[in-house]
Amino acid sequence: MTLQSLNRFFFYKLYSVVVSARTYADFTPQATFDIKKCDLHKLEEGPPLQAVLSREEGLQYYRTMQTMRRMELKADQLYKQKIIRGFCHLYDGQEACAVGIEAGINLSDHLITAYRAHGYTLTRGGTVREIMAELTGRRGGIAKGKGGSMHMYTKHFYGGNGIVGAQVPLGAGVALACKYLGKNELCVCLYGDGAANQGQIFETYNMASLWKLPCIFICENNKYGMGTSVERAAASTDYYKRGDFIPGLRVDGMDVLCVREATKLAAEHCRSGKGPILMELQTYRYHGHSMSDPGVSYRTRDEIQEVRSKSDPISMLKDRMLSNNMASVEELKEIDVEVRKEIEDAAQFATTDPEPPLDDLCNHIFYNDPPMEVRGTNPWTKLKSVS
Amino acid sequence: MASLRCFLRSGKNAVSAGLRREFHRTPPAAVQVTVRDALNQAMDEELERDERVFLLGEEVAQYDGAYKISRGLWKKYGDKRIIDTPITEMGFAGIAVGAAMAGLRPICEFMTFNFSMQAIDQVINSAAKTYYMSAGLQPIPIVFRGPNGASAGVAAQHSQCFAAWYSHCPGLKVVSPWSAEDSKGLLKSAIRDDNPVVFLENELMYGVPFEMSEEAQSKDFIIPIGKAKLERQGNHVTLVSHSRMVSLCLDAAAVLAKEGIECEVINMRTIRPLDAEAIETSIMKTNHLITVEGGWPQFGVGAEILARIMEGPAFNYLDAPAVRVTGVDIPMPYAKILEDNSIPQIKDIIFSVKKTLNV
Repeated sequence: MTLQSLNRFFFYKLYSVVVSARTYADFTPQATFDIKKCDLHKLEEGPPLQAVLSREEGLQYYRTMQTMRRMELKADQLYKQKIIRGFCHLYDGQEACAVGIEAGINLSDHLITAYRAHGYTLTRGGTVREIMAELTGRRGGIAKGKGGSMHMYTKHFYGGNGIVGAQVPLGAGVALACKYLGKNELCVCLYGDGAANQGQIFETYNMASLWKLPCIFICENNKYGMGTSVERAAASTDYYKRGDFIPGLRVDGMDVLCVREATKLAAEHCRSGKGPILMELQTYRYHGHSMSDPGVSYRTRDEIQEVRSKSDPISMLKDRMLSNNMASVEELKEIDVEVRKEIEDAAQFATTDPEPPLDDLCNHIFYNDPPMEVRGTNPWTKLKSVS
Repeated sequence: MASLRCFLRSGKNAVSAGLRREFHRTPPAAVQVTVRDALNQAMDEELERDERVFLLGEEVAQYDGAYKISRGLWKKYGDKRIIDTPITEMGFAGIAVGAAMAGLRPICEFMTFNFSMQAIDQVINSAAKTYYMSAGLQPIPIVFRGPNGASAGVAAQHSQCFAAWYSHCPGLKVVSPWSAEDSKGLLKSAIRDDNPVVFLENELMYGVPFEMSEEAQSKDFIIPIGKAKLERQGNHVTLVSHSRMVSLCLDAAAVLAKEGIECEVINMRTIRPLDAEAIETSIMKTNHLITVEGGWPQFGVGAEILARIMEGPAFNYLDAPAVRVTGVDIPMPYAKILEDNSIPQIKDIIFSVKKTLNV
């Protein structure tokens, strides 16, 4: 090693020591931020107008949102390379919703959503590796390659549901089980602005309210149900009011702190036995409805660009933390590098892991049953199915 | 409670019958139990056995059940376990499936299976397919039950048979009991099963009493799903049927016996998974097959049985083409004469047997 490189080496080591020393002494451990006031429906009090964010929390939210963002962008890339196929509904732009909600509940609570589910699979305990391998249909996928983009499950996370609106009664059913079993858990039940007009959702509002189920209904309003803007789909776009007899609040879904505080309020409401509550998160998706939708025939590129520059959830958090000296630029950059590496590794795994074995084709039809025979494509083909 | 009342009511008949008959006959510890009471007993016993089991549906609680199947259960178990729902099938079926996902064992009653069409997405896409899509992470231990098929004078929208529709789908088990024993044993099995089971009852059978053996009266009496039962032995022709049509097959067999034609009657008990082996074994003996069902012919239960027999070892044993006796391929009319002629009658079975046997 040359003297020069040695010097550089020691300088770097010294610098990183200095950086770590800065961690404890020079960064602000926590700060209070103003958050937008929520519109309320049949609610006396909304969430507080200020949120306290600790440095650890901030770094964690940042890392998770960045991981989500990069994961979705990598999925975009893999889809265009035809390594991911079928449906792929990306979540970039909406990260503050998933992260903010999880910050307001516990892992022991329950959550169910529709098909734009990769972000929630992550916040509910899935790893990037198993999510990506599921998208590429490999045996290391979170559902062993049998579910795909819309059917990912983890503990207390019930997917990933392909039929618009069907997840809402399911979520209320989970909430019924929570109440029945008496463990003080609740269920977060998500749907989009497009689904919000579904009849079964109103049926669910009725029963959840009658039976006081501990259910937080959350409408992620990203302004477009596929290619139909909310004004063209709903006679009333005040989604937070559509629960009628259910109290509701409209929340800035681009601000992770706003989402968190609203979720905390909603969770408190449910846990105190008051029954369901409804939150509308106003958010935005950068991608089209799915990978087969360029997303610009029903909205302008200017609109997308404006949201990106003015309301991006990750930028918002980053600016807050930097301007309050809660983290350094380098530190956040380092997180970015780590995240990028994690995504690269996951993508590498997802593209090299083998596909599921053909033996697995007929498995998982029934649970806890003896092995059975399944008819193949012709009468002579008898396939085996185990639980 | 219900079982005790039933026992006392029917015990009287059994005792007097026993005294009338020969003394050397085995004294029946068997009793006469209606299908309704058998279903009630099954639910009562399973509710008692496992506190995760609960019943929801329209009028199941305070009304004692639209057809009184859940009589007495709300009084015994209360609001938490027996839940009256609003008239919102899609919603409450979805809620039932969600509850099953989160660890409970719901019994979801459809007032009739005609109304299950409003909720069929939840039965198929949320219940049947989830265990597979999740590669084994998420089982759904749920029972969907209710009356299925033709009733009497309820016309087209209330008379459809859904056996074929539900049996088409992998991930579901579809059960169709005939007798009181079937009803009790299979419903208990269905409730204990960790998978979605569609349990097709029949309104016209609810009030029919059957002899129930001592064994069947036990709290642990279960009938395995997926196994057919030989109700009557015979050598000349195999009649395969399910639900109420089994009664007609037995009646037709009694008439034909007088003419020297012995029918073997198989009660399917389960539609999916289909006990093809039982049917094949029978055909290998009788060489003739007739399926009898109340549903429509096209793509029906009989159609499936015939296809399987064609593809399986029993084909070589058939001395005549296998045929189906089915409901007429029309929406169910109202007027009695029309309704009576829309579903198989005993004479239709007799006619088909004679045609098949060429007598």
